[in-house]
Amino acid sequence: MSSNADIYHEMIVDYSRNPVNYGEIKDHDVTFHDANPLCGDSIDIDMKIDENRVSDIKFHGKGCAICMACSSILTEIAKGKSLDEVRNIGKNDVLSELGLEHLQAVRIKCALLSLKVLKSALYTYLGKHLKDAKDLDKLKDEAANLY
Amino acid sequence: MLKLSSITNTDDWSWKSLQSIEASFEDLRRDFPILQRTVRKNKPLVYLDNASTTQKPNQVIDSIVDYYRNRNANIHRAVYALAEEATEAYESTRDKIAHFVNVQNRQEVIFVRGTTEAINLVAYAWGRSHVKEGDIVVTTEYEHHSNIVPWQLLAREKRAKIEYIRMDDNGELILDDLDRFLATGRVKLVTFSLMSNVMGTITDARTIVSKCKAADVPTMIDGAQAVPHMKVDLEKLECDFFAFSGHKMLGPTGIGALWVRKSILETMNPFHGGGDMIREVHKYEATWNDLPYKFEAGTPNIADVIGFGAAIDYLAKIGMDNVRKHEIELTRYAIEELSKVKGLCIYGTRDISKRGGVISFNFADVHPHDVAQIIDDEGIAVRSGHHCAQVLMERLDVAATSRVSFYIYNTKEDVDVLIDSLNKVARVFKL
Repeated sequence: MSSNADIYHEMIVDYSRNPVNYGEIKDHDVTFHDANPLCGDSIDIDMKIDENRVSDIKFHGKGCAICMACSSILTEIAKGKSLDEVRNIGKNDVLSELGLEHLQAVRIKCALLSLKVLKSALYTYLGKHLKDAKDLDKLKDEAANLY
Repeated sequence: MLKLSSITNTDDWSWKSLQSIEASFEDLRRDFPILQRTVRKNKPLVYLDNASTTQKPNQVIDSIVDYYRNRNANIHRAVYALAEEATEAYESTRDKIAHFVNVQNRQEVIFVRGTTEAINLVAYAWGRSHVKEGDIVVTTEYEHHSNIVPWQLLAREKRAKIEYIRMDDNGELILDDLDRFLATGRVKLVTFSLMSNVMGTITDARTIVSKCKAADVPTMIDGAQAVPHMKVDLEKLECDFFAFSGHKMLGPTGIGALWVRKSILETMNPFHGGGDMIREVHKYEATWNDLPYKFEAGTPNIADVIGFGAAIDYLAKIGMDNVRKHEIELTRYAIEELSKVKGLCIYGTRDISKRGGVISFNFADVHPHDVAQIIDDEGIAVRSGHHCAQVLMERLDVAATSRVSFYIYNTKEDVDVLIDSLNKVARVFKL
C-alpha cells in the first residue's frame, strides 16, 4: 500500500509553490469560477481564444497543493490547443501527468476542480458562439455528463 | 483499581476519590473499542476530530443493541409490557438531559435530530410568527453554518435582516456591536454558540444574555460544542432557547435536544405535523398534544435517545468539571507544543480559561488538506477545511484551517504523535 505522503512528490510540491500560468487575463474572451464546497478550494480560469485555439490561459484562486499542481498542469496542457482538443481533455490526462491515478476519492475533487472550471469556461464560450442552435442541446448534454 | 469496563454500573466508585484523575482518563480508553484498532499502515488510531463527532463507549453501543435485542417497541401508544419498557427507557433520557443541564421542567426538553434541526425548528416554529419585515436577528461572526443559514432563510421569507457581532483579532466577540444593534429596537432574537467550533472560544454568554434581557430580547444558544466539554447550567445562563447534539458527547448520531423556556414554547406553532404530536384529529382540523410531544411528530429515534441517555450517564459519572480539567491540561500542553513548531500559526485566544479543547491552526503555506493527508499516514485524524464556518474563514482571511479537538480519551501522547507528524509535513514541503 502506498503512503499518503508519496503523492506529495517533488513535482506536486514544486508546482504548488511555483504555479505555472498563475494570474489573470484582463482582456479574456471567457472566464469561469467554481469552488469546492467541501473544502473551500476556489479556482478562476481566464482564456484568450483566437481562431478556435486557446492562445492564452491563466488561473488564479486558493487551493491545496494537489489543486494548485493540477491547475498548473491543466493550463499547460490546454495552452495552444484547439477548442476541440480541449473538449477532449479527460481526467486521466491531468492525473497521469502527476502520477495521481490512484488518488483517494475525497481528494479527486481537489485534483479535478480546475478541469471542471476549464470545461465550464469552454462550454460558456461555445454556447455564446454557436452557429447552429441545434448544437446547443448536444452541448448541454455533454456539459451535464462531465461528472 | 477501577473496573472501567463497567463505569456506568459501578455506583460505589467515585472519580474524585482517585489519586490521579489523569490516570483514570488514561484507563477509560478501554471502554472505547474503536481506540483499539489501527489505521493505514498498522498505526494506532489517534482520533483528534472530536469537535466533529466523538467515539462511542461500550456502554452506549450496548444500550442501543439492548434496545433492539430486548425492548424494541413503539412508544407512547400500546399498553403491552414491551411498549411500556421502551417508553420508560426513552423518557428517562429526557430526565437525564434535564438534570444534566439543570432544567427544572422536563416538558421543556424536546428531542430533535441534532443542533441543526433544533435551530431550524426555532427559526420555523418561533421565527415565522415572531419575526417581521425590517426586524433583526443578531448572530456572530464565529457561528457554524447551522446558526446562520436557518436565519437567512427566515430573513429572506420575512424581509428581515441579519446582523453579525464581530470578532476581534483574539477570537473574542466585540460586544459593543450588540449594544448598537439592541439600540435600534428592531432586534427580535440574539443567537450565538457557547463555544466556537473552530477556535474553541468560550462565549461570554452571561454578558450577552443580561444585555438582551435588559432590552427584552430573547436569546438562543447553540451548545453543541460546549455541553460535551464543560458544566452547563441553563438556570444560570438564563437564555430562552438552547440546543445540543448527542453525537458530540459520546452518544449516537441523529439525536439531540432542544430546550425552550415554557412561556415561549407555549406560544410556538408545531414544527412537523403527524402522529404523536396531536391531541385530536378531524377531517379539517386538529388540536395539539401537550408539551413537549407537540414538537415530536412521528415515531422518534427511540434507540438513539436511549443511547444518548447512556452517554449522559457516562459523562455524569466522570463529572463535567473533571472533563473540563482534563481538556484544559491537554489544550495547554498542545498549545505549548504547537507553538514550538516553526511556521505554525494558532487562531484564537491563548487564555486557556476562555477556550475549550479545540485548536485551529495553519502551517506555513501548506494547505490544511495537505497537512491532514500527510499526518493521516501516522493514524492521526484531524479535520481540515472551513469547518462549516465560512463567515469566520472570511474574517480570518484564510480558505481553511487544520483543526485538532480533544475529548476525554485523548492523551498527551496523542499530542506528541501529532507534533512528530507535523515535522514530517515540514520535511515533505521543505519548510
